[in-house]
Amino acid sequence: MTYLHNIGSYFLMIREMFRKPTKWSVMRQLILNDINDLIIGSLGIIAFISFFVGGVISIQTALNIENPLIPKHLVGFATRQSVILEFAPTFISVIMAGKVGSFITSSIGTMRVTEQIDALEVMGINSLNYLVFPKTIALLFYPFAITFGMFLGILGGMAACTFGGYSTLTDYITGIQTDFETFHVYYAFIKTFVFAFVLATIPSFHGYYMKGGALEVGKASTTSFVWTAVVIILLNYILTDVMLG
Amino acid sequence: MIEVKDLNKSFGEAHILKGITTTFEKGKTNLIIGQSGSGKTVFLKCLLGLFDYEEGSIAYDGNIFSKLTEDEKRNMRAKIGMVFQGSALFDSMTIEENVMFPLRMFTKQSKSEMQDRADFVLKRVNLPNAHNKMPSEASGGMQKRVAIARAIVNNPKYLFCDEPNSGLDPKTAIVIDNLIQEITDEYKITTVINSHDMNSVMEIGEKIVFLKDGLKAWEGSNKNIFKTDNEVVTDFVYSSNLFKRVRKMYIKENS
Ligand SMILES: Nc1ncnc2c1ncn2[C@@H]1O[C@H](COP(=O)(O)OP(=O)(O)O)[C@@H](O)[C@H]1O
Ligand SMILES: [Mg+2]
Repeated sequence: MTYLHNIGSYFLMIREMFRKPTKWSVMRQLILNDINDLIIGSLGIIAFISFFVGGVISIQTALNIENPLIPKHLVGFATRQSVILEFAPTFISVIMAGKVGSFITSSIGTMRVTEQIDALEVMGINSLNYLVFPKTIALLFYPFAITFGMFLGILGGMAACTFGGYSTLTDYITGIQTDFETFHVYYAFIKTFVFAFVLATIPSFHGYYMKGGALEVGKASTTSFVWTAVVIILLNYILTDVMLG
Repeated sequence: MIEVKDLNKSFGEAHILKGITTTFEKGKTNLIIGQSGSGKTVFLKCLLGLFDYEEGSIAYDGNIFSKLTEDEKRNMRAKIGMVFQGSALFDSMTIEENVMFPLRMFTKQSKSEMQDRADFVLKRVNLPNAHNKMPSEASGGMQKRVAIARAIVNNPKYLFCDEPNSGLDPKTAIVIDNLIQEITDEYKITTVINSHDMNSVMEIGEKIVFLKDGLKAWEGSNKNIFKTDNEVVTDFVYSSNLFKRVRKMYIKENS
């Protein structure tokens, strides 16, 4: 019952978020701040993880190819496919559910428990529009961060292969150019847009409707991470089945 | 002036406010007092329109709030200032930005006009040099002053304060109380203050509404609260030995 109730409130929140918009001069500043906090602030960790996981994917692929009949450029091909299809859009989004998600939940939750949200409402401001809308818009830039992650993942694979001696640079480059399907990139982008919306709204929901004090802010962040990750994984399955299946 | 008629508010099964009728007068500091849990905050949030209520009406200078259109409600809210119990300053903004916030949202003033006005109200609450501090760098007393400055910056007609001096030392508490009273008098605001503090009652209780378990148990002023025989009130007022002695002396002096 409470699940159904929460799902209902979640969709009501999304509708409410578009009502009674905040003055544009103020909203613009909020969006820029959120782009800075949520997107720019995440590029470092995205770069780090992508580069090294890209490296690991290529090493493991190389080590599993023992049959001399399998061409060496397969390493580059396999790395590219894993990074673009799954690793960058999904794996990084789950990590972002932890980083960006808990940041959103705890910052909105703190505003709830310290009555800052009430203060906005008393002034006649639509607090959902003021708080959640700019985060949703800022996360429209999330696919760019993911593209950056894809690029670095493939670069990491290349570095690991050539410096580790698992494959030659030419083989790797041939690999990443083999059988390139543009639709796979669309598929990855559509996924990331959907995940971006989930990343902005589910953590906001958990922060906005929390009750209690500082301890509950911590608990809400954890719950929010779990639900954001679960929804991302489920949507990933559904989208993959619909688009590639 | 704010007129409240037969206000009833429940949360599910729990009946919190039980038919409150009273008026809060213009240019006066009106106090709502009572024990913790007696319903003061809920009452205030009903007055502010943050909570819906099942029965009753609240009229601001004759305008019944629930009968206003959305636009009229918004205009009404722009005339309300509120000081929250924990100050509720926006912690991502400097003190000056906090004070300028209502102006930025609701007026078309230029940046320098807003800064001048913020400067003026910050001086009015005796914080002439704190503009660029973050709220977290300010003491509790300073945060309260900033909250008062933010509440009055857009010239409100109504000012609400939820326990404005809780968590402050007795001396700062009296300074804050007096500041609110001066501002109320100076700008002829209708001010409503929640309190459980007897010092506030004595200092600024021009009109007092006493709540007990969601009922209005008594109403009067600090002039007659010490004379009343209403047991519920005396029980609250004379819960400390200090005030028991004050009462004895008061009766001796006046007999
Ligand atoms: N949002 C709420 N939901 C349910 N019950 C509430 C809510 N807010 C307050 N109450 C209940 O209303 C009663 C009065 O609370 P309150 O007005 O905060 O008291 P106080 O006089 O200390 O300010 C308490 O019993 C409290 O538990
Ligand atoms: Mg209270």
